Amino acid sequence: MSGPAFHYSRAADVGDAVNQGARSGAAFLAGGTDLLQLWKAGAMAPKGVVDISRLPLRDVSSFDGGLSLGALARLSDVAAHPVVTRDHPLIAEAILASASGQIRNMATVGGNLLQRTRCPYFRTEGLACNKRRPGSGCGALSGESRQAALFGASTSCVATHASDLAVALTALEAEVEILGDAGRKRFPLADLYRLPADAPERETNLAAGDLITGIHVPNASRFAASSTYLKVRDRASFEFAVVSVAAVLRVENGTIVEARLAAGGVAPLPWRLTRSEAALTGRAPEDPTIATAGDLAVEHARPLSHNGFKVELLRNAVIRALQTIGGRR
Amino acid sequence: MNAATATATGSPLGVDTIALSITINGKSHHVGIAASATLLDLIRDQLGLTGTKKGCDMGACGACTVLMQGRRIKSCLALAASYDGETITTIEGIGTAEALHPLQAAFIRHDALQCGYCTPGQILSGIALLDEKPESLAAIREGMSGNLCRCGAYPNIVAAIAEVAGR
Repeated sequence: MSGPAFHYSRAADVGDAVNQGARSGAAFLAGGTDLLQLWKAGAMAPKGVVDISRLPLRDVSSFDGGLSLGALARLSDVAAHPVVTRDHPLIAEAILASASGQIRNMATVGGNLLQRTRCPYFRTEGLACNKRRPGSGCGALSGESRQAALFGASTSCVATHASDLAVALTALEAEVEILGDAGRKRFPLADLYRLPADAPERETNLAAGDLITGIHVPNASRFAASSTYLKVRDRASFEFAVVSVAAVLRVENGTIVEARLAAGGVAPLPWRLTRSEAALTGRAPEDPTIATAGDLAVEHARPLSHNGFKVELLRNAVIRALQTIGGRR
Repeated sequence: MNAATATATGSPLGVDTIALSITINGKSHHVGIAASATLLDLIRDQLGLTGTKKGCDMGACGACTVLMQGRRIKSCLALAASYDGETITTIEGIGTAEALHPLQAAFIRHDALQCGYCTPGQILSGIALLDEKPESLAAIREGMSGNLCRCGAYPNIVAAIAEVAGR
């Protein structure tokens, strides 16, 4: 199995990577675990592969309780890092729920955030997919829609985002640092992704050549003992989420003073559950409040013909995640 | 990193040949490869080390597992050009017929295979997992989820790894 031939080059430094990445048809190669699958499946056909895997962007470091992840840090190294396991266990949990041991040794933080959807219509050559071939239609909309989104979809695309790490980082309000033609920029992870609307082939707000250099997670040590990542999937390991929930709470004197919830597998991007968060804040973490948070999580869900079960699954996953944190405190 | 050896020569057709140096099982190789060759194709087709298997070729089955500096990776998702200068271990570098690796011996004792196609990948993945010190049978099962066995020898595979891990 292989795709069309491409030119290979290695980026000498980050500036060179940006220059080479801006060329027409260029694709960055980091761990390669998604790019090679996409290339073999015909979902991507780069003219040039720019190898960034050896750039010095692998460090994991901490600052005032916050955390910086180099874009090329391997997932297994991040999950095993003592500062991550101590202050940011949510990140380690999400990573260890992802892929397999071999893939976590190869895959990088930046590549994980930019992985393409697992929608079978996107991944299978010959099927209609506006993301792979704009204008060809969305096969999932009227076809097999079990994986499809409950939120944020459009009539041109109902695919979901597959990253576990992105869901955890969304709940932790992480920021992305990029280098591009316009220099260095830093913005919330939520602003990296785009909803499909009528241009599902554009998944991020990155311009050609923009290189993710790192991720910054603000001080989250206050959540370390009260966070959880719940991933519901079709088998116990090495499978993408049907539904996942990242939850963090801060409880003081029996009252929730801070709540963050994000869901995976249900939208084209990590889906922040702000209405559930608002319903939790200022209240005691008791069953009726938690049930309300579950109800609000699915309030605006718009299921298709095969994914209606995900509505109840998400509601229950939110409740289970919050109960898990409650049991830990 | 050895940028000097990874010299790409482009052609109008976009078919590049890349000079690559790689150490496999302690032996260094200097070869010309296609830009789009995977590490798996290099190992099997160019170097003739066919112990590493091509199962799904999409990163799902784990039959192509090799070690890079002791860490397990899937060679079907590794672009060979990106591994210039690296040190790789394949199943041919593990044990000998006279002196098996302890995990190989345990696989035989526990009857941890039927057809044997997935076994090289299972062994290499298991060796790397042993270095990660799995603390329970559940941790071994989770740690081996990247290696599929169509014959369903999973209980015996887990038992073999558990024996060597002392679990």
